[in-house]
Amino acid sequence: MSESHSVLNNPEAAVSEREQDLIARVQRGQRELFYELVQPYERRVYAAALAILRNDADAEDVAQEAMLKALAKINQFRAESRFSTWLIQITVNEALMRRRRERTRRMDAIDENRDEEGAYKPRDFADWREIPSEALEHKEVRQRLAQALASLDRKYREVFVLRDMEQLNIQETAEALGISVASVKTRLLRARLMLRDLLAAGWEQGWFSRLPFEKGTKPW
Amino acid sequence: MVVNCEQVWLEVSNYIDGEVEASLRSAMEEHFQTCTRCRSVLEGTRNVVQLFGDERMLEVPVGFSRRLQKKLVQPVRTAQSGWSGWSAWLIPVAALALIAGGLELASSGTVNRPPELKSEHAQPAQNIPPDLPVVVSAGARLFHVAGCEFIHNKDKERTMTAKQAMDEGYVPCARCLRKYLNTAGKHSSAPVVSEISPGFEVEDEETHHHGD
Repeated sequence: MSESHSVLNNPEAAVSEREQDLIARVQRGQRELFYELVQPYERRVYAAALAILRNDADAEDVAQEAMLKALAKINQFRAESRFSTWLIQITVNEALMRRRRERTRRMDAIDENRDEEGAYKPRDFADWREIPSEALEHKEVRQRLAQALASLDRKYREVFVLRDMEQLNIQETAEALGISVASVKTRLLRARLMLRDLLAAGWEQGWFSRLPFEKGTKPW
Repeated sequence: MVVNCEQVWLEVSNYIDGEVEASLRSAMEEHFQTCTRCRSVLEGTRNVVQLFGDERMLEVPVGFSRRLQKKLVQPVRTAQSGWSGWSAWLIPVAALALIAGGLELASSGTVNRPPELKSEHAQPAQNIPPDLPVVVSAGARLFHVAGCEFIHNKDKERTMTAKQAMDEGYVPCARCLRKYLNTAGKHSSAPVVSEISPGFEVEDEETHHHGD
């Protein structure tokens, strides 16, 4: 009785209980329930793949492959980890494998996993004002933001996407990417500061000149 | 506690996430009161976090969920029927052949079970000439026209005919062999089986509708 009471008072526990039930049923062979199980995370899986591959078609392809792999390996899933983190780990691995193949093909493999030494120093110190989220109604703004993100090194992009766009916490981001919590924090800091500088530069080049921001102020 | 600009830049991200301890937080707050540069960094970084955190910044492609669902259902059918994905639609054709041929196929075993495909991203394709020279490479699952830029492991290429590649379970590359899909009869209700009928790797049939 106390158990059901706690579930009633805690929606997250109820979701998790439903998820555990679904996992158990899929593991027992009800594979047709698998989509129901992964559906809440499909966007996140796609985002993780896109962060690494930067290409819609490749990201979708990898997202599908990763889900199929997760279904094939569902009996290896252990309840100690979160199901969503496990799914993203598989996706990240799939995307990295795909990327490695492409890199080998282009013969320009470099070690991207090393953290930069030293602190990142911001370059732009203009006055700031809050940007209304309505700015995102403008396709041009979304495109410029996406371009800035795509220009970051993969190691910064993947942390930023999982943490700031898909709202994983620091620990989950670390587990999903197989890196330390300290690395997540360092990379997140750099990603955010670099994006800020990139967008400030974009403002100077007139990217947002046609948008309804106040004259003389910079949003970034 | 007093902090300088460089310390603030190191902690600004943790500050936004509420991950700095109380004494550092109040030292940073004090610093922001007087330092316009650091306030600019803080506010700009906050804008970045808020804007990129908006759902509109990442939209999954139209039809993504439906295509995913479709992909996930395919192996279920395979497990139940014992036939690999694309061969399912061969069954009615084989049945027709049985009727037309007076049941002599029933015991002869000439309806060969197709090879297991190396990719689950396979849809029926027609019109690839069986003797078309193609290239496969180690560890890959697609076959290509020689020179296709999407060939992986170029140093481990093997050349063979399209039929041999498909017999080994390779799937046509949707980039270099796309024309064979586009020339195939579109969505005929009863697919015509050409001499060979492999899976064809495509993103989605819808993509082609848009492209038309």
